[in-house]
Amino acid sequence: MTIGLSHYLTVAAILFTLGIFGIFLNRKNVIVILMSVELMLLAVNLNLVAFSAFHNDLVGQVFALIVLTVAAAEAAIGLALVVVYFRNRGTIDVAEIDLLKG
Amino acid sequence: MLLSTLFFYLFAGMCVASAFMVITVKNPVHAVLFLILAFFNAAGLFVLLGAEFLAMILVVVYVGAVLVLFLFVVMMLDVDFAVLRAGFLKYLPVGATIGILLLVELILILVAWVTAPEIAAQAPTPPVSQMSNTMALGQILYTKYVYLFEAAGLILLVAMIGAIVLTLQHKRDVKRQSVARQVGRTRERAVEVVEVETGRGLS
Repeated sequence: MTIGLSHYLTVAAILFTLGIFGIFLNRKNVIVILMSVELMLLAVNLNLVAFSAFHNDLVGQVFALIVLTVAAAEAAIGLALVVVYFRNRGTIDVAEIDLLKG
Repeated sequence: MLLSTLFFYLFAGMCVASAFMVITVKNPVHAVLFLILAFFNAAGLFVLLGAEFLAMILVVVYVGAVLVLFLFVVMMLDVDFAVLRAGFLKYLPVGATIGILLLVELILILVAWVTAPEIAAQAPTPPVSQMSNTMALGQILYTKYVYLFEAAGLILLVAMIGAIVLTLQHKRDVKRQSVARQVGRTRERAVEVVEVETGRGLS
């Protein structure tokens, strides 16, 4: 049995679903939410690279590179925000980030 | 069974299993370590697909920098993670429902899609015998997609400045060296000759 495109797409779909599931499970812990977002971006990258490989088109890999860049920037900014929030409030509970609520 | 098939199932299985552990394990440090394992296995999948450069980038940049940053933050923050896990079981049913719905939808797409026949490759991959993946990627990244590449660099610059500005603390009582003030000191401002009367001292 040879490995085709749909095998890779299935793995990516499962990873993406696990990422969404992780956001729902860890509604309070913002660090695990960020890790779930990383998982979803990994699934997207896997999709892009799989299509790129099976359609013999390098553009998919270029785009995956850009997605990696944006994911790294997002992780850095997100973690900086977590650190600032923890310094001010002493917790990282997402449910308590409602200071601007009227 | 081909060796590559065997490795695909190994990498895919490990990747999915460690991704599952990331979202369910109690200790966030373990979660980060499982995320590192998931990324390593994804890099293995990339190698199987022939995207060696992206696989190495994933290991070096992602595991080496981003996930270690996660590890730093998890270890640095003194958070009671047991409190944050409260409500884990409460959110389980709705999360599972939405997750399963999404997975079913994605798999329905997987069985139904077809590639449009008129699609032509924008940048056809040269055969491996002629050119390595890294070289082929560089040849289109620095020519046809150079603006995209520059934009990615700008995004990283903005993210770097943003992270520094967000976390920089100005402490009031810390004494810092000011080279300009030190160099600008004159004799008149630095030294004063005082006549002291015997037995009185300086007030």
